[in-house]
Amino acid sequence: MNFALTEDQVLIRDAAESFLADVSTSEAVRAAAGHPYGYDVEVWQRLSAELGWCSIAVPEALGGMGLGAPELVLIQEQAGRHLLCAPFFSTVCLAANLIDACATAAARERLLPAIAGGELRVTVGLGSSAEDWTDVAAAVRAHRTADGWVLDGCIERVPDGVSADRLLVWAQVDGESEPALFVVNLDAPGIEVAALQTWDATRHLSRIALRGVSAVVGADASMRIDDPQRVATGRVRSAALARLYLAAELLGHAQQCLDLTVAYTAERKQFGRPVGGFQAVKHRCAEMMVRIESLRSGVYGASARAASGADGAQGSAELARECAMIKALAAQTAFYCAQEAIQLHGGVGFTWEYDPQLYFKRAQAAHHWLGTPEMLRARVADALLN
Amino acid sequence: MRLDETPEDQAFRAEVAQWMQEHLNGRFAALKHRGGPGDEEADPALRKDWERELAAGGWTCVGWPQSCGGRGLSIERQVIFHEEYARAGGPGRMGHIGEGLIGPALIEFGSPAQKQRFLPRIVDGTEFWAQGYSEPGAGSDLANVQTRCWQEPDGSWRVQGQKIWTSLAHESDWIFVIARSEPGSKGSKGLSFLLLKLDQPGIEIRPIRQLGGGSEFNEVFFDGAVAEADHIVGAPGEGWKVAMGLLQIERGVSTLGQQMHFAYELDLVIQAARRSGRGDDPAIRARIAEAWGGLQVMRYNALRMLSPSEGGGLQLGREALIYKYYWSNWHRDLGKLAMDVLGPDADVISDDPAIRPLQQLFFFSRADTIYAGTNEIQLNIIAERGLGMPREPRPAA
Ligand SMILES: Cc1cc2nc3c(=O)[nH]c(=O)nc-3n(C[C@H](O)[C@H](O)[C@H](O)COP(=O)(O)OP(=O)(O)OC[C@H]3O[C@@H](n4cnc5c(N)ncnc54)[C@H](O)[C@@H]3O)c2cc1C
Repeated sequence: MNFALTEDQVLIRDAAESFLADVSTSEAVRAAAGHPYGYDVEVWQRLSAELGWCSIAVPEALGGMGLGAPELVLIQEQAGRHLLCAPFFSTVCLAANLIDACATAAARERLLPAIAGGELRVTVGLGSSAEDWTDVAAAVRAHRTADGWVLDGCIERVPDGVSADRLLVWAQVDGESEPALFVVNLDAPGIEVAALQTWDATRHLSRIALRGVSAVVGADASMRIDDPQRVATGRVRSAALARLYLAAELLGHAQQCLDLTVAYTAERKQFGRPVGGFQAVKHRCAEMMVRIESLRSGVYGASARAASGADGAQGSAELARECAMIKALAAQTAFYCAQEAIQLHGGVGFTWEYDPQLYFKRAQAAHHWLGTPEMLRARVADALLN
Repeated sequence: MRLDETPEDQAFRAEVAQWMQEHLNGRFAALKHRGGPGDEEADPALRKDWERELAAGGWTCVGWPQSCGGRGLSIERQVIFHEEYARAGGPGRMGHIGEGLIGPALIEFGSPAQKQRFLPRIVDGTEFWAQGYSEPGAGSDLANVQTRCWQEPDGSWRVQGQKIWTSLAHESDWIFVIARSEPGSKGSKGLSFLLLKLDQPGIEIRPIRQLGGGSEFNEVFFDGAVAEADHIVGAPGEGWKVAMGLLQIERGVSTLGQQMHFAYELDLVIQAARRSGRGDDPAIRARIAEAWGGLQVMRYNALRMLSPSEGGGLQLGREALIYKYYWSNWHRDLGKLAMDVLGPDADVISDDPAIRPLQQLFFFSRADTIYAGTNEIQLNIIAERGLGMPREPRPAA
């Protein structure tokens, strides 16, 4: 047991911190949010090519660095702090994670090196229940044809759906109990991407309709990729990790809300002194710090558990329970801190110009992603009480 | 960041577990899970015997250096020890003020003679200690101590005044106090740190009844009570430094074992929820899940706090500041949850082993957010030291 960061982890975190402080300023975020893709392509290229972030959790044999959850959460935390606009969460935290855990060796060999190299952007629908992807699978049906499959359905809330190259699709198949996993080319016939106009503009979401999209065996782009040996536990594990990475991002949001508030209340004077000197204000900042540091312990702890092997059914179930709890905690902490940041900024906290609103909207949106705290707790309770 | 244990650590875990299994039975079996917070009055005589049983096995003061009679365990091993101790149901430690507070303070600030006199008897479980800090006028504002002390021509010290809320004074042999040695001094200046035998004519101990019905703490009156000439720790007038050094130690490793005890309590709550049927209520289920999550976080808080920091050395920095606030509030919430899970049965005074510990938990956990720095003082400290916010106005010393 040792919670200290290794030298490499410190380097990764510090590099992320300084890179993002530089490229993901408040103005840059606002500019990216207005871009049709929702991000600045140059920033994406730099973080994938120069910094190698897309390769961090990809196995070495597939062209990655072979690191894992502890490193990714450090990056995600910084991404959250600076509201990084980039298809990093969709491609790396969701898609690569899912492919690595659930896909056949052939699919992994084809897709992961391209993701690691920053050449391929892949996305997947963000469910909003405590299920491990089965909720998104419920919305799409796969019908068998002579040479493969045809997909029909509609996927709500796909991050970076407008800009991604490929879409991972969970679908229900007649006569099969586990959902099946497909990869489809986003410019394939029958796919219709509609951008959603969301209040949180820092992560662009789309609704994607699939009408008779064919996934042909042996085809280059669109095909079924789940590995029957791995998909059952892989589904649980990849959903757990996705929640963890989202939680790390939410941790970063919460931290930034606190930092902004401490800085503002040190400057702003009323009654002849900085408002941060009033105990009512201090205590609320301290309460934020307690929640943030506890969340950080939880995120780091769960990432260490994810890295500590135990990826069988039992280990995955335990990891899933822990990550469900961490996501629930993260969503509440981020919202709490965003709300406190607005309040403790006074009138300027209510403006478009100041940043707390950006975090407030993001925190509210993320509340639902991959399961609400209420649903996730109900799921944990089932495990504890039944 | 890693969670896995080396084979040597695992072997050590097994060794502790086995020792506990072999020794926490026979006449000691009655002590399983007893004597924890809220239950300090459970058979103190037998629990003192248990301390000597532990000592005979070499399991007291496991984190002290070997030169001081300890086992010299690394932090990781100490964590393992405390976890296995609590997992086995090891009783609340009668010796914890000696082992966890005054012992380490003497190791750091004591004279060679003091170490030689006091440490061995803490290690072997023959002398027990009480902490005499708080006074009627000095609670959160501890530096406002009014108890006086002065030196007699023969070099011995006399103490005049009153301490209050002194836990287990009635079961202890010695007490450490801070008292004002420089007449007219104010605040943290002019205080001295003294060690006194409790069984002497100048000391009177009166129990105070707590809201849970028991009398774990006391008032202690000093009327010309005597401390030997060399039983002053640190220089006269510089007792504050020792007193504060000791409070740092208070947030140490031993609280880690506490999580295993908390896990046991949560388990009692879950069992009660199943029995009472309240476990079917979605709102109760959500609170149970939240309590479980809080416990995982607490363990990670502790591991993080005790891991070497980036620059080497312990991270008893920012992370450590939140630790007490977090666990004490978690524990208090668990106490309320326990009552809500029991339903109306909770209101009937009970000896049922499935109910009584939960009632004790409910009552005693109210104190968790008061002693060792109240919630409000913790938040002040977190804001000031953790976030660099302006300090509370303080009267000039
Ligand atoms: C079960 C138990 C066991 C104890 N055991 C011991 C022991 O063995 N030895 C010992 O020396 N002491 C012991 N104590 C005493 C304990 O340390 C004090 O109770 C504690 O420090 C609070 O002091 P007080 O009771 O005087 O409360 P006060 O300081 O009077 O506080 C009253 C309220 O005012 C708030 N407050 C005070 N100052 C501030 C401030 N600056 N800003 C905001 N709010 C403030 C407090 O948070 C609290 O809510 C024990 C207490 C309990 C409950």
